[in-house]
This record gives sequence, structure tokens and C-alpha cells, in this order.
Amino acid sequence: MDLENQKRVKDLAEKYGPENVVVLLGAAEGEAAGLAAETVTAGDPTFAGPLAGVQLGLTVYHICEDEIKAEVDPGVYDEQISMMEMVMDVDDIHNEMSSVRDEFCKYL
Amino acid sequence: MNGYPVLKGASYTLAITPDMVIHNGTTQTTEMIVNPESEYLKELPSHLRSFEDAVSYIPNQVYIGNAKPADLAATAFPFYDKKWENASRDGKYGQIMPEDEFYGLIQICDVFDLVMLEKDFAVAVKAKLAAQDLLKEDQLAVLDKNDSSEADIKALVEGEHAEPLYYDHKLVGAVKRAHDVDVNLSAHVMLENLVTKASNVLSLIELVKKAGVNPNEVDYVIDCCEEACGDMNQRGGGNFAKAAAEIAGFTHATGSDVRGFCAGPAHAMLHAAALVKAGTFKNVVVTAGGCTAKLGMNGKDHVKKGLPILEDAIAGFSVLVSADDGVNPQIRTDIIGRHTIGTGSAPQNVIGALVADPLEHAGLLMTDIDKYSPEMQNPDITKPAGAGDVPEANYKMIAALAVKKGQIARTDIANFVKDHGMTGWAPTQGHIPSGVPYIGPLREEVLAGETKRAMIIGKGSLFLGRMTNLFDGVSFVVQANDGSASAEAAGSFDEGKVKAMIGQAMREFANGLLGEE
Repeated sequence: MDLENQKRVKDLAEKYGPENVVVLLGAAEGEAAGLAAETVTAGDPTFAGPLAGVQLGLTVYHICEDEIKAEVDPGVYDEQISMMEMVMDVDDIHNEMSSVRDEFCKYL
Repeated sequence: MNGYPVLKGASYTLAITPDMVIHNGTTQTTEMIVNPESEYLKELPSHLRSFEDAVSYIPNQVYIGNAKPADLAATAFPFYDKKWENASRDGKYGQIMPEDEFYGLIQICDVFDLVMLEKDFAVAVKAKLAAQDLLKEDQLAVLDKNDSSEADIKALVEGEHAEPLYYDHKLVGAVKRAHDVDVNLSAHVMLENLVTKASNVLSLIELVKKAGVNPNEVDYVIDCCEEACGDMNQRGGGNFAKAAAEIAGFTHATGSDVRGFCAGPAHAMLHAAALVKAGTFKNVVVTAGGCTAKLGMNGKDHVKKGLPILEDAIAGFSVLVSADDGVNPQIRTDIIGRHTIGTGSAPQNVIGALVADPLEHAGLLMTDIDKYSPEMQNPDITKPAGAGDVPEANYKMIAALAVKKGQIARTDIANFVKDHGMTGWAPTQGHIPSGVPYIGPLREEVLAGETKRAMIIGKGSLFLGRMTNLFDGVSFVVQANDGSASAEAAGSFDEGKVKAMIGQAMREFANGLLGEE
């Protein structure tokens, strides 16, 4: 996750309280999604950005996970996401995401 | 129908610059500032390839035309540990130049006496360049003016802010600053701009040599690299196009620069096609040199994974777009995809605007395009760096949209990717991989009847300039010549006659209104 986005996530979590923030990811594959999820839960694994050593434990999902898909208007989802859903390995992304959530999320 | 602009020739060149990887690539120069003692910088030199290894690298042989895209697709991944048999630095579309010769070319392209080379080095380089049919006597003579010793050059680098040039880790030259205060004319910027100019010139000269282009017949040159030249009062004032065309001897041409990050070449191709289609110019060359900053961009990942530094080449390309000759492949100026300001950034909308919409408008299916050429980055470079296989990701998105449009079955996505896609071979030099590397092979495939129709897609990330968050892209279709130019010549449609008839009718109508009859 780039340094600017790490800063944004950190600022928003401080402003609204980490229990009130959900981070939604759109990464194209599992490994990248997992790394971003780890960054906003356990801290920046590359120790380069504002979240290095900061364990926010935020609730984090990928847009293609069923929990989020169920919250989105089906028409909008079809228009914006459904094509990429065909391209991405959704199962792999879900596995990566849920393993990070199970280990590091503090608010589920 | 009165014909379409045609693709009359293309050239592709590489300069292998391992020392520039260390001293000019931004990944490395940044590391030298923030972490000068890093393991990466210590390990880096042992991961640099020899010139011979870079020449025999299969993606490079595809780039200069000695191997075909299909040859790379048939090669087992990864590519860095394999060699192309009978590899040659001389290619069907251009050449691969070693670093020492390239420094000589940089000095020949410098018209402000900013480049200096160590005198013995210059003598050796002149002999190597003179052995090729590349440069004229007066151009080679530029190298004779060097009378500096290594100590002189060292003094300039240490005391006068000059940028050093190394060959085989030895100081052999320098680029001086062009102004005391103006950062836009600093030695760093001058080196960057002279490199893009020299690689551009190399491609233009190879276009003349390999594609049989007559430089005196070129009317207009469009540069589409990603650099900017100018001074503090007009930072991007430009005209790389004219600067490079001057050295390449395009005496009767003028030109200008077109910019759009990685989408630049596709935009420039549209400009060229439109100028030719309108009859403004008959022969327009789209051209670009490469970029020092991107050398070794993913070097940290390559070194970490024990790979050679694969981003060791400054690339260039040139394409000649001409009036319809009834033979060469045509650019369909009426089938153009464009990412508009209102398109949005969701991949679905982007691929829709660039691929599905223009084809639908022309009554074509996505399967009617034999080959798509999006960003043709070499996956050997991008995959170890965690950026995936860029062309393949594009093909999957195109296929998925075809599924959504009901043009193919969901189970056919993999076949669509295989049949309509290619394995990327281009170096990751931003604008260089963007659609245009396929123009050379495409032209040959179309002339041989192997490919009927292809789409060139350029995409760009405009946020990098921090002026807009918009995405960008344009695309165009290339097809086998349909003979529409000769149909007009045969007199099936006489535009002048029609205009005369309309004029006569209008005059009669006006006279009627005035009651003069």
C-alpha cells in the first residue's frame, strides 16, 4: 500500500475511531490484497510507511467478497465490478483476506 | 471511401546501458540518497548482464525483429535463463547498441558542447561507429574534438556539477550543466534529455536504413516520449521531434511533440493518421526515444530473486504513416476508441470505451480482431516484481467484457486470451511498450496474409503528473489494405464533381429566393 494511502487510513482511523472504519480493497490478485489487508491490520510489512509497527486491526474486505457484494446494488455491481470478477481469482482473494481478518482484525 | 493512412514502415532499437542502470535509474539514485550502504547497491553490479547476454535475450530479439512474437509465446517461462540461437545485434527492424557506442551517439546528438568523452575512449568509439553504415563523416568527426583526460572529466564532475558517464565502471565522460541556476538545464536533466534524443535519433536512422524510408520525403515528425525539454521560463517547451529529425537528416520535415504518459504513442499515431487522412501531409513519422530514469526500476525485486537486472536497455521506436498506397496495412481512422473524461476509471468502463464501443459502432465483434496489442510489457520483468503479466491481464479483461456482451462463452476466456493475445516482449520504458511494439510485426503479418485485423491500445496513468486523477487511453484498428484508395482513383466517386453539382443547385436556389428568375 503506498505511503499516501497508509497516511489516509491512519488519519481516518484516528478521526472516526478504528471500530467505525471498514477498509475496502480492489486489488487484482490475492497476494496484493493480502499485503494491503495486513498493512491496515497488523501494520506495514515493508516497514516503509506511516503504518509501520502500527496495529490498527481495522475491518477489511475485498470488493469481490460475498459479504460486500451483498451490500451493493446489483445493477451498480454489474456495471462496475462484474467484468473484473470474471478476471480475478476470487477464491484466492477471499482465502487471503479471511486469513488476515482471522488473525489480525480487532473489531469483528 | 477514399482510402486510409497506411503503416509503411517501423523501426525498433535498444541501447544496452548497464552503467547507466547504476548511476541514472531512479530506483538506484534514490537508494544512494536514502540508504547508500544498502545490500541492494552492493549486490547490484554482479546482477548486470553482459552486452552479449542482453543481445541473445529472446524478448530483445523479438523487439528488433529477429524473432517473432509467436517465438516468444512458444518459449517456456521464464525467459532470462534462455538464449535466442543465432542472435544478432543487427535486427530486421533496427539494432541493439552497446553502451560505449551509445555514448558516442549522445555526443553526436549534442549541439551545445555539453558532452565530453575521455580522448582515448572517444577514438575507440569512433572506430566502432565508423565501421557501421549509420552516421555521416561530419557527424563522426564530432568525436575528434575530445581532448580531455580522465582527470579533466573527474574535475568537472566533482567541481562543476557535471553528470558522470561510466563504461565498465570506469569514468569515460560527462555531461555538463547548461545553466548555472536553472534546474531545467541541470546536468541531470540534460543527460536525461540527450539520452532520449540519441535513442530517438538511432530509431529514425534505422527507419531510413531498414524500412527503406527516404528521409527527404518525410513531411512531419511527432515525438511521443515522456520527457520534457525547456528552460525555467518554459519547462516543457519541447520539440524533441525536430531536434532528433535534424540529426537524422529529415531535412524537409518539421514536427512537434505529443504527450500522454504511456498513452502518448497511441495519441501520436492518431495525430499522424489524421494529418495524412486530411491530406495535410503525405508522410508523417511517429517516434520516441527511451528513458534513463526507468533503468533498473524493478531492480530490487530482480536482485532479491537472484535474477539479472533485466531493465538495462534504453529503447526507441519510429513508425512511418503514409498516404494510402493500396498495399500496406491501413489505419481505420473511423474505428477509434477513446477514454473520455466521463468514462470513469472502473476497468469495465475503460475496456468498454477503448475496445467494445468502437468495435460495436463499426459493426464488429470483439472476436473479429485477430490480435490485440495493449501494453506489451515483458512478463519476465513484471512478474518477479509482483506486477503480474500485464498483457495477459489486459487480454483477460477484454475476454471478460466479450462474455458480458454475449460474444463468447465464459468457458472460452482462456482460449480467447490465447488466440487473440500475445506474450509481451517490450522493455518497461513507460511509453515504449504501449501498443506500438506490435506495429512492425503486425505490418509483416498483414502483408503475409497471416493477420487481417488488429487493435492497438494505448493506456496512460495521468495521476503521475498530479494534475488530474483521470485515467487515459486511445485505440485504433489496423486492417489489411481494402483497396479503397484505388477505388476512388478509378472514378467511382468524384468529390469535385459532386461539389460542383451542389454549388450549382445552391446558386439556383438562392436566385429563386431573390426572385431573379
